[in-house]
Amino acid sequence: MKLPAFLTADEGPRPRINRTPSPLVARGLPWLSIALASLLPGLAMIASAPVLPPLGFLAFVGWLQLRPGLLPMWAGLPLGLFDDLYSGQPVGSGVLLWSLSAIVLDLVETRLPWRNFVIEWLVAIGLIIAYLLLALAFANIAGAATPVRAIVAQMVFSILAYPLVGHMVAVADRLRLTPFREIR
Amino acid sequence: MAPPANRRSGFSRRAQYSTFINYSAGVVGALVGAALLIVSITQPGFFSFMQAAAADTSRPAAEATAAGRGVTKGLLSDVSGFFKTAGERARLERELDIAKTRLIELRAVEAENRRLKALLGIMQDDGRPVAVARLTSSTASSTRRFATLGAGSRDGVQKGMPVRSALGLVGRTLDVGASSARVLLITDSESLVPVRRARDGVPAFAQGAGDGTIRIRLINLGINPLRKGDVMVTSGSGGLYRPGTPMAVITEIVRDGAIARVLANPSDTDFALVERVWAPEAPPPAVTPEADSP
Repeated sequence: MKLPAFLTADEGPRPRINRTPSPLVARGLPWLSIALASLLPGLAMIASAPVLPPLGFLAFVGWLQLRPGLLPMWAGLPLGLFDDLYSGQPVGSGVLLWSLSAIVLDLVETRLPWRNFVIEWLVAIGLIIAYLLLALAFANIAGAATPVRAIVAQMVFSILAYPLVGHMVAVADRLRLTPFREIR
Repeated sequence: MAPPANRRSGFSRRAQYSTFINYSAGVVGALVGAALLIVSITQPGFFSFMQAAAADTSRPAAEATAAGRGVTKGLLSDVSGFFKTAGERARLERELDIAKTRLIELRAVEAENRRLKALLGIMQDDGRPVAVARLTSSTASSTRRFATLGAGSRDGVQKGMPVRSALGLVGRTLDVGASSARVLLITDSESLVPVRRARDGVPAFAQGAGDGTIRIRLINLGINPLRKGDVMVTSGSGGLYRPGTPMAVITEIVRDGAIARVLANPSDTDFALVERVWAPEAPPPAVTPEADSP
């Protein structure tokens, strides 16, 4: 997204040259944005069926695909645990699935260094489908008895929502690297 | 996207170790997840204190968004009411909905009364709610159907209390924090509520189907007496749910029961009432034989 000229036109002194991104924001924003995305579906509506995409997981995959190596491999442990506390899944399901996703994405990263939008989306689609099915399986083992057809609509929403979440992640990434801290 | 910097660690010991530790940490994360999952499957409720604390922590945000949701919904219903020849009609429809539910409730109470009078008047509790609170959040992305209620042990809410709205049964409390409580909605597939048909008392079980509908399973097998549009109310068998609380309308008949739609759709529920656990009068004790033991 390119800003129109009147917004970027420099007027007066340019205080840009001695600015740097804040290390706190640059390191912390991915974690914060994923945690917020985990909270969001619960706050958005009181649903009587699984309808909203698992936004926390989508944001996690989005960050891993946009900036491989920015989040450490163990990031799925704390972030997945946080998601479990609010998602209603049995505790541990998120930790396991998020950690496995991070490992899978790293393997994809090493095997396919050159990727385009379609390949990234296809990889994400595979992960989303596997995630939703396994999450359903874990919930069912832990006592529920939900049929697979209950999550078909959610699967479609999640797959379609992924590029949008990826775009949001990209916006957050730009914010993350905005130089606003002054160097003295 | 261009491949990032070279990933080979080369001969640098430091780089080799950090790569190794990074991968090991990833695998350890997965193993910890598997261990937690096994614990939470084999010992349900082991982590409920953490979930209750989490719900308590996020309560201010959840209350704010719940209020925002209410405003948005009100706005939407006003707009739709305007298009349906003014907001008055939307209000009247809402009132009519409540009145219809009340009517069903009264009919059920009437039937109940008749039955109980035959048993020499047993009902005696006052039926006042323990607490009135908003449903603040829910698990909209999981297949489990939990909601969070903005009232907890501080307000007198306890584990296992039935939760209802003005329109019908919503669920029951599962774990209770200080200022919030997790509610198992009746659409969750683990929720099982004894019900009966409001008109004549055909007994059945209502189990959540997980997709927003409810599966009605008849207790008496044989000819399926259910019809589309029948209203099921709780029967109170086994205690817990107060008898006569409206619950679901049948929308589709299947071989051994029916599929029903919930009356109190939680997304339309502004305020929920927490009720006392309903306990049926214990049957008179059997004549005890000589109770003293040697």
